[in-house]
Amino acid sequence: MLEVLNLNGTLEGMKDTAFWPYALMIVGALVTYFWRGLGVALSGRTDAGSPLFEWVACVAYALLAGLIARMIVLPNGPLADTAAADRIAAAVIALAIFFLARRNIGLGVGAGAGALVLITLGRSWLV
Amino acid sequence: MPDSDTAGSAVNDAGNGLAQPSGYGSPRQAALAAARQALGVPALVLGASYLGFGSLIQGAGLDVWHGLFSTFTGWALPGQIILVELYSLGASVLIVAAAVAMTNARLLPMTVALMPYLRAPGTPRWRYYLFAHYVAVTGWAAAMRRCPGLPEPERLPYFAAFAVTLWSTTLVTTAVGFYLADLLPSYITLGLVFLNPIYFMLVFVADAKHPARILALMIGALCGPLLHLVSSDWGLPLTGLLAGSLAFFGHRLWSKGRA
Repeated sequence: MLEVLNLNGTLEGMKDTAFWPYALMIVGALVTYFWRGLGVALSGRTDAGSPLFEWVACVAYALLAGLIARMIVLPNGPLADTAAADRIAAAVIALAIFFLARRNIGLGVGAGAGALVLITLGRSWLV
Repeated sequence: MPDSDTAGSAVNDAGNGLAQPSGYGSPRQAALAAARQALGVPALVLGASYLGFGSLIQGAGLDVWHGLFSTFTGWALPGQIILVELYSLGASVLIVAAAVAMTNARLLPMTVALMPYLRAPGTPRWRYYLFAHYVAVTGWAAAMRRCPGLPEPERLPYFAAFAVTLWSTTLVTTAVGFYLADLLPSYITLGLVFLNPIYFMLVFVADAKHPARILALMIGALCGPLLHLVSSDWGLPLTGLLAGSLAFFGHRLWSKGRA
């Protein structure tokens, strides 16, 4: 633990150097790869089709669905400036076009993103 | 209903361009087919999303090499975005490490779930550790759909070629986005950022075949925003564990009741 704190101190000393963003990105890459590498190590003995495996798959799908729903309903970044109702309407339009266009993902995505841009522009003209 | 892991994928995926009879004939052909499929809508949407990341890098006062380095080494968009935002705020290394780790924790169950579909006898273990770097939503969803229906020697080549093709595309568009940042009006950036969640949503709607996983997607979509309001740190991991377990055990009980 002490070594970790020391390392943190050393890294913080570089905060104003040109290397700083790279230091952050290297740390980010290491913790990101940690999950992926650990996943390979843990998957060592699970068989596709075993109940444990199916449970992990369910957890992964639920997590991703939760993440996607959160990105639409409660986003960070620039999307946070748009109205939640507009984003949800755009998502519904994307789904509708996807099914109407015989499950064409490209058309659905284009319609959804286009709808959000147009609705947002429309609102800014109305105000 | 049996939830066989091999039955679903060869059945038609009409409309998304991935419908194929089982197998491509050789690992090489599988890799080429995967690269071609990746260069369609997946590369277009993910490429456009990384245009947004490139312009975010520019906006944070970083240079194009930082963006390329991040996409090269990190390659999972939500974690990359969080990192740049925290950098702009002057956050410490420990804060950044914790935030990126939380954001990317989904990669653990995703990798565990994918690996059994990629295994082939005689493949050296390091290849799995190498290509694990390319586990991210789009390539993962494609491999989860396609690989179970492929002969074993074609599975890892399919995933690797699909994901590396996407990765190369996003490296290019990270740089393009950086230089376009000043030219793109903010409402276009908005649309680009929105492409990502909409695309993922449709990919999962299009893929839905296993009843337990469909249930997991639906409960997860409901729980995600709710639990995020309860705790922005633990909302997502909790969503995965709670909604995933509920779907898994719910489906088991239901199929037992019907058997």
